[in-house]
Amino acid sequence: MPLIPPFQMDQVFIEPWSTSGLLTWNLQIILMSILICWTCGLVGSFIVVRRMALMGDAISHGILPGLAFAFIISGSLGLGGMFIGACLAGLACNFCIEWLHSHTKIREDAAMGLVFTSFFALGVTLISSHAENIDLDPSCILYGEIGLVPLAEKIKIGGTSLGNRAIWTMAAVFISTAMGIILFYRQLLVSSFDSTLAASIGIPVKGVHIGLMLALALTTVASLEAVGVILVVAMFVFPPVTASFFFRRLPLVLLSTLPLGILYSIGGFHLAHWLDCSIAGAIAVVATILFIPACLLGPNGGVRQRLRQKM
Amino acid sequence: MLFPRLWPTLILLLFLLCLWLPSLDARQVEMLKDQNFWDQATRFFLLQDISVQIVVLGSTLIGISCGLIGSYVVTRKLSLFGDTLSHAVLPGIAVGFLWAGSKDNLALLIGATGAGFLGVSSLTFLQKYTRVRQDSALGIVLSGFYAVGICLLTRIQKMEFGNQAGLDSFLFGQASALSVEDLWGIGGALLVISLFILVAYKKLLITGFDLSFSRSIGIPADGLQYALWLLLAFCVITSLQIVGVILASALLIIPAVTASLLVKRMNAYLLVSAFLGACAGLGGSFLSFLGKGLPTGPLIVLVSSGIFISVLCLRPRTGIATQWFFSRKNSLRIQRENTLKAIYQVLEKNNFENQTIPTQALMTKRGIDRIECEFEIQQLVQAELATKGSPDHSPALPGQSILSLTPRGWEYACKIVRNHRLWELYLTNEANYAPDHVHEDAEKIEHVLGEDTIRQLERILSNPKKDPHGKLIPSLTDMELGGVPKT
Repeated sequence: MPLIPPFQMDQVFIEPWSTSGLLTWNLQIILMSILICWTCGLVGSFIVVRRMALMGDAISHGILPGLAFAFIISGSLGLGGMFIGACLAGLACNFCIEWLHSHTKIREDAAMGLVFTSFFALGVTLISSHAENIDLDPSCILYGEIGLVPLAEKIKIGGTSLGNRAIWTMAAVFISTAMGIILFYRQLLVSSFDSTLAASIGIPVKGVHIGLMLALALTTVASLEAVGVILVVAMFVFPPVTASFFFRRLPLVLLSTLPLGILYSIGGFHLAHWLDCSIAGAIAVVATILFIPACLLGPNGGVRQRLRQKM
Repeated sequence: MLFPRLWPTLILLLFLLCLWLPSLDARQVEMLKDQNFWDQATRFFLLQDISVQIVVLGSTLIGISCGLIGSYVVTRKLSLFGDTLSHAVLPGIAVGFLWAGSKDNLALLIGATGAGFLGVSSLTFLQKYTRVRQDSALGIVLSGFYAVGICLLTRIQKMEFGNQAGLDSFLFGQASALSVEDLWGIGGALLVISLFILVAYKKLLITGFDLSFSRSIGIPADGLQYALWLLLAFCVITSLQIVGVILASALLIIPAVTASLLVKRMNAYLLVSAFLGACAGLGGSFLSFLGKGLPTGPLIVLVSSGIFISVLCLRPRTGIATQWFFSRKNSLRIQRENTLKAIYQVLEKNNFENQTIPTQALMTKRGIDRIECEFEIQQLVQAELATKGSPDHSPALPGQSILSLTPRGWEYACKIVRNHRLWELYLTNEANYAPDHVHEDAEKIEHVLGEDTIRQLERILSNPKKDPHGKLIPSLTDMELGGVPKT
C-alpha cells in the first residue's frame, strides 16, 4: 500500500455520500468540524489580535490536569465537571504565567514554556497513573478522534430524539461565544487594540481578559475530544491569520471565519477520506495549504505585495 | 491584591497534592510486590539492572545537554522557539520512518533534522516577508507541521508495516525502549554541544548580549545563531525518545529558568543549569522506576518543575518562603519593640515610682485583648527582655500578673523610646514639621534607625533633653543604669 493512494474522484467525493446511513454519519462529522472551526476562529481572532496566540497553545495544554482531576473526582465523562476542571486549570495556568512574569525576572515566553509543559506533564502523569479509572487515551488528547463523534449518545426530550449530544454541546458553545462577541464587541475591540484607552473610558480590561480566557478554555474543552490539544491551536490561529491577508478590518476577519471553516471542514474530510488518515489532522493540513497562497498572494501584506512595494 | 501570597501558596498546595496522587498508586504496586522503598532505592542507585543503567545514563545525559543548550535558549528569548521546533520535527520523523521502512535511528535523525530546518526556515520567512506577528507565526509553524506529522503518522499506522509501534513513543516518549545505540547518539550530541560551547563560549556570550557590538568586531553572529539552532535541533531530536515531542521543550526551558533565579554570570549559569538538568533526569527516572507504568518523560518534567518551585520558594533573599520568613521575623521584632515601648511609657506615667507594671496596664496601653497581650509578654520573656511574676505585695486583682523589665529589656526600651523622641525632635526642629504631625512618622522609623544615625541626630540636635511634646528623652546614662531608676 503506497503512502499516497491513487486519487479516484468517485471514491473520494461520491462514496461518503452514497448511502443514507453514510450520509447521516458523515454529515454529523462535517457539522461538528464546521462548528469547531467557527467557534475557534471567532475566539482566535481576538487571541491573535492580542498577540496571545501562544497563550492559546499554553492554555490548551494546561487544562489537561484539570480534566484528569475532574475524571478522578467524578469518575465520569460529564461535560460539566470536565468544564469546571478545565477552566480552573486553564485559569491557574494563566495566573501562574502572569505571576511569574510580574513577580520574578523570568521573561514571559520562558514563563509560558515552563508553566504549560509542567501542567501538561502533570496531566499526563495523572492520566497514566489512573489509567484503569480514566477512559481517556493520551494519544486521543493529542490528535482527537472526530470520526467517532457520531457515536456520542443522543439527546432525548419526551421520547423524541433530537440528535447527537456532542454536536448540540458544540453548537451551544458556538452560539454563546457568538452572542458574547456580539454583546461585548465594543469592549473586546477597544481593550484588544488599546488597553490604556479602554481602561480610561471605563471598560474593565481585566474582566474582558478573564472572559476571553474563559471562552478559550470552554472552546478548547468542547473541541478537545474531536481535534485534540495541538490541532485546536491550528483552529485558533489559521482562520484569523489567513483572513488578515485579505482584510484589514476586524469584523471582516471575524466574518471570513465562517466560509473558511466550511472550506477547512469539507476539504479536510475529503482529504482524510482519500489518504485514510486522521480527519482532524487533515483539517489542519487543509488550513495550512490554504494559508500558503494567502500568505504569498494576499492583497493585504502578502509576500508578493511586499516585494512589489520594495521594487 | 489583598493577599499577595495566597494564590502562589494555593497553587503550590494543589501541585503538591497532584504529586501525591500518583504516588498512591505507586505505593499500591509496591505493596503487591512486597518490596520496600529502600530496597527499591538501593536497587536503583546501585544500577543493578542493565535497563535501569541505560535509562538513567540516557536521561541524565539528556538533562545535561538540554540544560546547556537551554541556557542559551532562555537568555536569547527563544523558549517558545524550542517548543515550536520540537513539534515541527514530527513530520520529519514520519518521513524518516517511511524512507527506512523501520525505526532506524539515522534515518529518523536525518528526517527530523530536515523537518526542523524547514520549520526554522518557514518561521524566518514568515517574520521577514509578512506582517504576521511572532506569536502567530510560531503558532502557525507549530500546528501546521504538527498536523502534517499527525496525518503521516495515522497514515503509516494504517499501512502494512509490521512494526510501527515505536513511532507512537515519539509523542510521549518511551524511555524503556531506549537502546544502546540511542545512548551513543545522546552522548554524541552532548559531546558536540559541550565542544561547541567550549570553543565559542566568548563569541556566544557577546552575540547573546550585544548583537550590534559583536557584529562591529567581526563575529559571525548569524552563523553562530544557525549553529545554535542546529544544536538545539540535535538536542530536541535526541531527547524525543525519552520525553516525547510535546515535553521536549520543557527540558530546555525549566532547568535554565531555575538556574537564572540562582546565578547571574553566564559560566556559572551554564554549570548550574546542566546540573539541574541532570538532577531532573536522574530524579525522573528514579520516580518512574518506583511507580511502575508511569511514563519517564512527564516525570522528568515534573521533577524539574518541582525543583523550580522549591528554588522559587527557598532561594536566598528573594524566595517566597525566605521572604515570608524574614518579614515574619521582622514583624515579630517590631511587635516586641512596641511592647517594650508601651511598658516604658506606663512606667514613665507613674514617674518610675514602681519597678513593675500590671499586665492590665499594658493591655490598656496597647489596646489589645488578653490573648494577644499574653502572646506579646511571652515573646518578651522568651527573649529575656522581661520577667513575669505574680503580685505578692500589691492588692491586685486575682489572676493578674505583673511584669518587670530585665536590665537588657530596660536598655532596649530606652533605646526605642530615645529613637522615637529624637526623630520627633529632628522633624520639628530641622524639617519644620508641626509637633502634632511627627508621631506617625517616628512610629515607623524608630525600628530602623541605626546607631550611627542616632549619633548623627544627637550631634545635629546637640544632645537634647526633651522631645517636642515636653517629655524627657531617655539619656545614655539612663540606659546604662541597668534597670528602672529607683526614686
